[in-house]
Amino acid sequence: MPSERASLGLKIAAIGGLLFLHLPILLIFLYAFTTEERTYAFPPPGLTTEWFGVAWRRPDIWEALWLSLKVASVATLLAMILGTLVSAAMSRTSFFGREQISLLIILPIALPGVITGISLRSAFGVMDIPFSTWTIILGHATFCIVIVYNNAVARFRRLSVGVLEASADLGANAFQTFWHVLLPNLGTALLAGGMLAFALSFDEVIVTTFTAGQQATLPIWMLEELIRPRQRPVTNVVAMIVFAATFLPILAAYYLTRTGSETAGAGK
Amino acid sequence: MTAPAILPERGLADRLTAFFWRHPKTFLALLLTPPLLWLGVVYLGSLFTLLLQSFYSIDEFSGMVKPEFTLKTYAELLRPSNFDVILRTLLMSAAVTLGCAVLAFPIAYYAARFARGRWKAVFYLGIMLPLWSSYLVKVYAWKLILAKEGIITWASEATHTTAILNAVLALPVIGGNSLSTSYIGMFLVFVYVWIPYMILPMQAALERVPTSMLEASQDLGASRSQTFRTVILPLALPGVIAGSIFTFSLTMGDYIIPQIVGNSANFIGMAVYQLQGTAGNIPLAAAFSMVPIVIMLIYLSLAKRAGAFDAL
Repeated sequence: MPSERASLGLKIAAIGGLLFLHLPILLIFLYAFTTEERTYAFPPPGLTTEWFGVAWRRPDIWEALWLSLKVASVATLLAMILGTLVSAAMSRTSFFGREQISLLIILPIALPGVITGISLRSAFGVMDIPFSTWTIILGHATFCIVIVYNNAVARFRRLSVGVLEASADLGANAFQTFWHVLLPNLGTALLAGGMLAFALSFDEVIVTTFTAGQQATLPIWMLEELIRPRQRPVTNVVAMIVFAATFLPILAAYYLTRTGSETAGAGK
Repeated sequence: MTAPAILPERGLADRLTAFFWRHPKTFLALLLTPPLLWLGVVYLGSLFTLLLQSFYSIDEFSGMVKPEFTLKTYAELLRPSNFDVILRTLLMSAAVTLGCAVLAFPIAYYAARFARGRWKAVFYLGIMLPLWSSYLVKVYAWKLILAKEGIITWASEATHTTAILNAVLALPVIGGNSLSTSYIGMFLVFVYVWIPYMILPMQAALERVPTSMLEASQDLGASRSQTFRTVILPLALPGVIAGSIFTFSLTMGDYIIPQIVGNSANFIGMAVYQLQGTAGNIPLAAAFSMVPIVIMLIYLSLAKRAGAFDAL
C-alpha cells in the first residue's frame, strides 16, 4: 500500500488515547505525597512522605492486606488445579457437551459480577453457611478458573500430540510423561495464568462485597474509605500498594507468554 | 535374543497408564469431574437459587420472604420507580458503549495497522496493563480528577476556560454541581474503566483485514476514505460488536461507580446491592438481577448472528 503511513490526526488520537489510559493512575502516586488531608486539592500544597509511616502503623490495613493475600493465594491454587484439569480435557478431545462446558467456564466472567455475587449470597443464605474466609475464596476461585483455563488451553493446542506419543514409545508411563514432558511445556503458561488469577482475585471487590460479610479485604477497605473518607492520603498509599500488587504479576505474565502466539491477558 | 516388544509392567503407575489408554472416556471423566462439580455446584447452584428466589415475594407485614411461587415480584419491576432504574441503566450502558467505540477506534486502528516493532509492544502493554490493573484504583484516580477542587478545575482556571466548564456543568440532566456529582463524570469514569475491553477485540478484527483487500480497493479506484468506509469499517464491525458485549454488560452490572461518582441516582447494580443488604428484599433483588441476565442472553445471541464470536 503506497499510503502505508498514519495520518497525523490518527497518530495524535492514538497516542492521546494511550495517555488517557495511563495518566490518571500516575495522579494517585502524586496524591500519596500530598500534605493536604481533607480535600483532593490540585496542585498539592506540599509534599511529604509521612503517610507511608501512618499507613505502616495502621493495624486495620495489615489485617486487610493479610486477608487479601490469603484469599488470593488459595483461590489461585484452586483455580490452577481446576483450570488445568478442564483445559487438558478440552484441548483436543471432542465429546458430547463440549460446547456447553466451555460456555459454563466463561459464564462467571461473561455475566456481570453483581450477579455472581448475589447468587452466591442467596445460596449461602438458603444453606445457612456463615461468612468466612472460605466463602470469599469460593467466589474468587470460580471466576479465576477461566483465566487459568484461557492460558493453559492455548498452550495445550500448540503442544503437538507427537511429543506425548514419543514419550510413551520410549517407555514412560502417564505420570512420567506428565512430569517430564507435559509440565515443563505447560509451566510458563500455567504460571502466567496463575499470576493473572492472583492479580484478579487480589483486586476483586464486586463479588467480595457479597461474600465477605463483616470481613475486609484490601479492596473492601479501600471501598469503605472511598465512600466515607477518613485520612485521604493513606488511601492513596494503599491504592499504590494495590496497584503494585496487581501490576507486577501482570507484567510477569506478559514476559512469561511473550514468546508464544498466545497472550496472557486476552479477555479478562 | 531379541528384546520384548512390550515392556514389563513396573507397578501401579504403569497399570494405571495402561488402564487410561484402554479407557480414554474414563480418563476424560476423571479430568472433568472436579472442575465441573465445582462450577456446577458452586456457580450454577447459586444461579439457580437466585432464579428461584425471584419467584418468591416479600410479605408486606412481616417483611419475611414467602416461599410460594408468584410473579408479583416481577410485576414490581414495572413500577415507574423501578422501571426508571432499568431504563437509566440501559441508557448509560448504551452511551458508554458508544463512547468506548469512538475513543477506542483510533487506538485500535493505529495499533493494528501502523505500530511496528517496539511500538507494537508499547501499544500491547499500554492496553493490557490498564485492562488488568486494579479497578478500584482506577475509579479512585478519577475521583481525584473530577473533584471540585481537583485537577480539571485547576486546569480550566489555568487556561481561563472556567466558563466552558461551568457551561458544561450547567447543562440540564447530565450536568451537576461538580463533575464528580454529574452524569458526565460517571460516563467518563465508565468509559475509562471499560475501554480496554473494546480496544482488544477491535484491534484483533482490524489486524485480520487482509492488506490485499485494501490494495484491491485502491486498484479499483477507491479513495482512502472510501476504502475506509466500504472495506475496513464493515470488516471491523464484528470486533466492535464483540467489544460492545463487554462494555455493555460490565456497565449494566456495575454498582461501585454509580455509588462513588455521580448524583446518587439508582442503577440496576446498586438496586440489587441495596435490596439484598439494607432492605433485605432478596426476591426483588433477584428479579432485578434477572434483567441483565436476560438482556445479555439476547445480546449474545444477536452478536453471535453478527459473527462477533469469531472476533473474540
